[in-house]
Amino acid sequence: MNLWLWNIVQMVLLVGLAPLAAAVVKRMRARLQNRRGPKLFQPYRDLAKLFSKTPVLAERASWLFRLTPYVVFVSTVLAAAIIPVILIDTPLAAAADVIALVALFALARFFLALGAMDTGTAFGGMGASREMTFSALAEPAMLMSIFVLSMASESTNLSTMIEAVLNGHLGLHPSLAFALAAMLLVTIAETGRIPVDNPSTHLELTMIHEAMILEYSGRYLALIEWAGQIKLLLFATLLLNLFFPWGMAVNDSPPAMLLAIVSWVTKLLVLFVLLALFENRMAKMRIFRVPEYLGLAFLLAIIGMLTHYILEVGV
Amino acid sequence: MNAIVWAMAAPVAALLAMLASVVLSRKRDVQRRQVCLLLAISGLLSIAGGIIGLFAPPSTTSLPFGLPWLPVHLRLDALAAFFLMVIGLLLTAVAIYSVGYLRSIARERSLTPLGFFLSLFIVGMQGVVLADDAYAFMVFWEIMSISSYFLVTFEHEEESNRKAGFLYLLMAHLCGLLILGSFAILYVAGGSFEFEVMRTAELSPVWASLAFLLAGLGFGMKAGLVPLHAWLPEAHPAAPSNVSALMSGVMIKVAIFGFLRLVWDLVGLEQSAWWWGGLILAAGSSSAVTGVLLALQQHDLKRLLAYHSVENIGIIAIGLGLAMIFVHFGYPALAALGLVAALYHTLNHAMFKGLLFMGAGAVLHASGSRDMEHMGGLIRTMPYTAALFLIGCISISALPPFNGFVSEWLTFQAALMAPQLKDVFLSALIPFSAAMLALAGALAAACFIKVFGVVFQGVPRSRAVAQAREVDRWMLSGMAIPAVLCFLLGVLPIWVIPLIDAVPQSLLHTGISHSITTSGWLWLTPIAQERASYSPQIVLVVLLLAGFCFAMIHWRTRAKRRTAIWSCGNPDPTARMQYNATSFSQPLRRIFANIYQPQEKLLRSYYGHSLLVKKVRYAVHVRDLAWHYGYLSIRQFTEWLAKRTNWLNERPIHGYLAFTFVTLLILLGLLGVLV
Repeated sequence: MNLWLWNIVQMVLLVGLAPLAAAVVKRMRARLQNRRGPKLFQPYRDLAKLFSKTPVLAERASWLFRLTPYVVFVSTVLAAAIIPVILIDTPLAAAADVIALVALFALARFFLALGAMDTGTAFGGMGASREMTFSALAEPAMLMSIFVLSMASESTNLSTMIEAVLNGHLGLHPSLAFALAAMLLVTIAETGRIPVDNPSTHLELTMIHEAMILEYSGRYLALIEWAGQIKLLLFATLLLNLFFPWGMAVNDSPPAMLLAIVSWVTKLLVLFVLLALFENRMAKMRIFRVPEYLGLAFLLAIIGMLTHYILEVGV
Repeated sequence: MNAIVWAMAAPVAALLAMLASVVLSRKRDVQRRQVCLLLAISGLLSIAGGIIGLFAPPSTTSLPFGLPWLPVHLRLDALAAFFLMVIGLLLTAVAIYSVGYLRSIARERSLTPLGFFLSLFIVGMQGVVLADDAYAFMVFWEIMSISSYFLVTFEHEEESNRKAGFLYLLMAHLCGLLILGSFAILYVAGGSFEFEVMRTAELSPVWASLAFLLAGLGFGMKAGLVPLHAWLPEAHPAAPSNVSALMSGVMIKVAIFGFLRLVWDLVGLEQSAWWWGGLILAAGSSSAVTGVLLALQQHDLKRLLAYHSVENIGIIAIGLGLAMIFVHFGYPALAALGLVAALYHTLNHAMFKGLLFMGAGAVLHASGSRDMEHMGGLIRTMPYTAALFLIGCISISALPPFNGFVSEWLTFQAALMAPQLKDVFLSALIPFSAAMLALAGALAAACFIKVFGVVFQGVPRSRAVAQAREVDRWMLSGMAIPAVLCFLLGVLPIWVIPLIDAVPQSLLHTGISHSITTSGWLWLTPIAQERASYSPQIVLVVLLLAGFCFAMIHWRTRAKRRTAIWSCGNPDPTARMQYNATSFSQPLRRIFANIYQPQEKLLRSYYGHSLLVKKVRYAVHVRDLAWHYGYLSIRQFTEWLAKRTNWLNERPIHGYLAFTFVTLLILLGLLGVLV
C-alpha cells in the first residue's frame, strides 16, 4: 500500500514540477544569452491565467477538437504515473512496459494531430503532417535504442531494466553508449527542442508543434502546454533513469527516498544545463534535414544492437 | 451437439441464402432482407461452431458426394475452428450492414448476382477452413476465388473494374496452381488426398522445402505479401464495400489459414530448414513497410485501405516467421507466443479492417465518391459513422487501449526473445524486423490521421459531400459490432488468449495460457512478470477516471466563445486552402523519394504575363515498384513470346494436324522412356 502511495507521490511530483522544469531550462538559456529570462514561477502563472480564461473555439470545431486536450493530458499523466522517477519498483510500472509507454505517447500525438486537422486551417494540416512524419521516423529509433537496453537486461519492464543497469550486470557495454546517443537525439526531437523544432517560434516555414495547437485557447491550451512540459520532464527522467539510475531508491525507507529525490534533481539540473548549452550552440535545422537527423538516431541504435550481438552476447 | 454439426450448418445457411437470392429475385426488398438474414445466421452458426470447436477435441465427418472413390472429408480442429470464428464474427456484422448498404444498390440494379455470388463466396471460405482432404480444399478454394471474381466485377460497366477483375482472376489461378503443386508433392509422398495420410507422409528435406516454397508463394500471393500483392489494391476497391470488407477482412486470412494448414500441419515443421522462417519474416517485414508507405500516397479511400491490408498481412507474417524460427531452433513455448501474436492480429485485423471498409462504404454511400480529395467535414453530417470510423483508425494505428496494440505488443515481445537463439545472423535480423514493425505502426498512425483528418474533419471540399446524410441504423449497427469487438479485444486480451491458445496447443503441443494466467486476470504477461507486462484494464480505468474528472470540470465551466478560424488576415479561407491527402503526405513523398519515384506534373496558365497566374494544376503519381518492375516486365516477356510463336498459329489445317501428330509421338516416346 505504501508503494502505491509513493507511486502517486512521484507522479504528482513529476506533473507538478514540470512547469518549473520548463522554466528552469528557459532561464538557463536566457542567462547564456545575457538575458534575465522569465521568473521561475512564470509558467504556473501562465497556466493559471489560461485556465481562468474563456476558451475561444473555431466555428466549425467539432467535439473531437474539444476532446483532444483531455486525451493528450491524461495519457501524458498516465505515462508519468508509469515511469519510475525516484523509486525503482513502483506498482504501476507493471501496468505498461516500455513499449506501451511509447504507445501512450503515440496516443497523445495521434489526438493532437486530429485536433490540428479538425478546423481545416492550413496551419493545422501542416503541423499535423510534419509532426506525424517526423514522429513516424523518431518512434522506431526510440524503440530500437530501448530494445538494446531490453536485450541487455532481458526485459521490457521499466523497473527490471533499471534494476539490471543499477546492479551492474551489464558492466561496460559499448552498445549502451550507442543506445544512449540515439536516445538523446530522439529525446530532443520528441520534445520539440532546437534543432528539430523551436518551442518559442511561430514562423510557419519551420514550426511543427506550435502549428498544431494554433487554434487552441483558454483551458484547452493550458492542458496542452502543461502536457508538453510534462513530456519534457518525462523524457529527461526516462533518459536519466534508464542510463544513469544511480541514486534511485531501491526500497521506500525515508533516507533512500530523500537521497533519490536529491539525486534526481541534481541529475536533471546537469541534463538541463547541457540542453541549454546545446540549444544555444545550435541553429534550427531546415525541415528536410530532420529526416537525416532521425535517420542518424536510428542508425546509431541499429549499430548499438549489432554491437550488442557481436561483442556482448557470445561472451 | 457435436461441434462439426454447428460448423456444417453454417455453409448450409449460406447455401440457403444463395437459393433465396435466386428464388426471390422478383421482389428485391424481400430478397435483400432474406439473403442478409440467412447470411447473418450463417455467421452466427460459424461463431458457435468455432467457439465450440476451440474447446472440443477434433471431430471429423465425411459427406457422400464428390469423386466416386473420395467422399468430401470435413474436420473441425482448433485451427479450423479459430478461422471459422473469425469468418463468422465479420460475416455477422457485414450481413447486418448489408441490409442497409444494399438498399441503394437495389434501386439501380438487380441484387441477384451479388446475393448469389456473395453466398457462394462465403460457402467457399467456410468450406476451405473445414476441408480435410486436398480435393475438397481445392474445390472450395476455387469456389471462393471464382465467386469473388464475379463480386469484383459486379459493377462491370466501368472498365477499371473489369481490368481489376481480370488481374484478380489471373492471380487467383496462378496461386491455385502453385497450391496444387504443393499438394501434389504431398500426394506423391503419401499416396492419398486425405489430410490424415498427408500428415504422416515422409518427405525428404528437398521435397519438403519445395512444398513449402510452392505453398508460400501460392498462399502469399492470395494473402497479398509483397512483392506478390499487385492484384490486391486493384481488386479490393473495385468490389462493393461490404464485399471489400469480407475480402480484406477474411478472405486474405483464409490464405493465412491455408499456409498454416499446409506448412505447419501437413508438411510439418519438424523438418523445416532455418530459412523457412527467415523468408516469411523477411517477406512480412517488407510487406508491412511497403504496404503502409504505398497506402500513405493513395487518395482513393478504398485503395488506401487495401494497401493497409498488405501491411497488416505483413505484421501477421512477422509473427508467423518468428514462430517458425523458434520452432526450428527448438523453442516451442516461444513459437507459441509468436503464433498467438499472429493469430491475435488476424482476428484484430478482421475486425478493424472490416469496420474501416464498412465505414468507407458508408462514406461512399453518403457522398458518392471514393476520392478523398473531394471529402471533408463529414464528422458534422455523419457523427456516428465518424465516431465508429475513428475507433477503427485508433485500432489499426496500434494505440492503447484498443486491440491493434495488443497484438503488435505480443509480436514485439516475441521478437525481443531473439537473443535466445544460437544463430547470430537470425537473431540480429529479428530485431531489425521489429524496427520495421515499429516503423510500420508509426506510419500507419500518420496515414490514418490523414484519412480521418481529410475525410471527416475540416470543411467539405465538394457539394455532394456537404449534403451527405448519416447512414441508416442497419449500417451503423453493422459497423458498431466490430467497433465494440475492437475495444473488447483490446481490453480483455487475458480472456481471449486462452481461446486462441487451443491452436498452438494442437499444432505445437504447447501453449502460453499458463504463463498468461499465472499473474492474475489483470496482467498480461506472455513470458514472465519480470520480463514484460501490460495491463489494459489499468490503462483503461485510469483513462476513464481522468476523463470523468475532466468531464466534470468541463461541464461546470461550459462557457466558451465561437469565432472564425485564424487565417493570417485572409477574410474568407476556402475549402481548397486546407491540407488535403496529397499535401499531407508530401514530406514523406520527399523523404522516401527513392521508393516512390514520384512523377510530378505542374501546369500553369497565365493572363499574358508570367506573373499573372490564372491557374495552377499539380498532379503527382506514385509508382508501385513491384508492379512496375515485376509485373510489367513479365507482361512484356509474355507478349514478346506470343509474338515470336505467332507463326505457329498461322498454319493451314494440315499444319495443325502435323503438330498434333508430332506431339503424340513425343508423348508416346516419353511414356516409353518412363515405363
